[in-house]
Formats: sequence, structure tokens, C-alpha cells
Amino acid sequence: MVLKEEDNFVKGYISGEIDAFTAPILREKLSAIDLKDGLQAELNMTEVSYMDSTGLGVIVAFFKNVNANNGHVKLTGLSARLKRLFDITGLGEIMDIETDDKGGN
Amino acid sequence: MRPFDYVEIRVPAKPQYVGVARLTISGLASRVGFTYDDIEDLKIASSEAITNAVQHAYAGDDEGEVVVGCALYEDRIEIMVADHGKSFNFEETKAKVGPYHEQQEVEFLREGGLGLYLIETLMDEVKVHHQEGVTVFMTKYVGKEQVEENVETISS
Repeated sequence: MVLKEEDNFVKGYISGEIDAFTAPILREKLSAIDLKDGLQAELNMTEVSYMDSTGLGVIVAFFKNVNANNGHVKLTGLSARLKRLFDITGLGEIMDIETDDKGGN
Repeated sequence: MRPFDYVEIRVPAKPQYVGVARLTISGLASRVGFTYDDIEDLKIASSEAITNAVQHAYAGDDEGEVVVGCALYEDRIEIMVADHGKSFNFEETKAKVGPYHEQQEVEFLREGGLGLYLIETLMDEVKVHHQEGVTVFMTKYVGKEQVEENVETISS
């Protein structure tokens, strides 16, 4: 994951497969982010080719931590498949998610 | 001749092999003729079961193995994931696994968390067997979802 931090804004670019093996690496990188009060975080997931519940767990933990500090997490660039994973687990309604397809169906 | 081809994958109970097993299952599913979306569902469901086996079965034991049995039929794939390293008789174990009961499997559900929920959502049939470890047995039919979707589209 590549991180760009600036004042109260942080943007992370997540890529590759997130599973039992790689999720701990992602967790470690996200936990390195300085959770300032009111942090505006964006995680771009355009390059995520696979994700399961291990990845969801890491994203949710980050989401909780940022929210606890009055911040906001936005997920961007999700493929239809990835968005579906968030939707069937009910996370789609709780989190701020922007999908990859602009307009269309 | 039995009505299915059987492929068994044995991997060390370590997280780095979950993806290897997932890739193999993806290849098998494409041989059966599943669509891209169904293959992605199968990848997630089987990874959840294998991850669960890896994470919970061998606490403090480095020698463990996870056995994944795949039965390939013309119209479906049956995948069995066992967290006890012994190779199993697919038909025998299949006969033993019962339907999944939320009440009885609370412990597994808690441990599995979102994982078991995803398996149930993404597969057509799921059974869990508790004896000498946990065995998850799951089935997905070719084109089942598509048919249901089409029916809904026409009737609505």
C-alpha cells in the first residue's frame, strides 16, 4: 500500500490480493497512520484484485479507529464485485463507498 | 465409474498457502464451466473455509495440514475443507456431515465470524461437521443463480 499524508488528509492506495496472508501486512500499514482528530482518510481500492473477510476485518477496524477520533473514511475505486462484498455483509450501508463505474447501471 | 472427478489438495496449515489452494479451486471451477462471477464467489467461499481451518485448527502446532477435497460434477462442484490433516474418504465424510444449525454451531460461527456468513451467502448448500476437528462441506451449482435471476427478471 502506498500512503500519501497531508495535514488532516490521508490517501492510501491498496493493491493486490487481500487474504489471510496479506491482511496482516495491510493492518500494519494502516495502523502506522497517525489518527489525528478529524482525520479525513481515503482508501483507493482500484487495484485490489481479490478480497475476503480477512480484508474486510482490517478495513472495518481502521474505520472504527478513525471514527473514534471524529474522522471519516471513504473507500474509492471499488469494482462491482468488491462493492458486492461490502453490500452482502451489510458494510455497504455503514461505510462511505464510491464505486469505479461512473454512471451506467 | 464414479460420476465425478475428484481432486484433493493438501497444504500446510499456514496463511501463505490459502491463496495457492484458492488458485487451484479457481482453475477447477473454470473446468466445470462456472461463470467469472461464480468463480469469484467460489474463491471467496473456499478461502474463508481454508482460512478458518488454518487459523483455528492448529493453534501452537506447526505440523498441521488442511485437506481440501473437490468433487467435480457436470452441473456442480462440491468442496470439502477439513482442518484435521488426515486424508478423508470423500463419500464417507459427505454422508456424515449434517445441515448447519445456527444454535448448535454458535462457537464455530463466532470463530468464523463474517467468514461463515460469506460461505453461506455465496454457496448453494453448506454443511458443517464437528468431529475430529471441523469439516465444512459446500456445494455450488453451475448457472443456478443465473436461472433464478432470469426468472425474477421475467416475472417482475
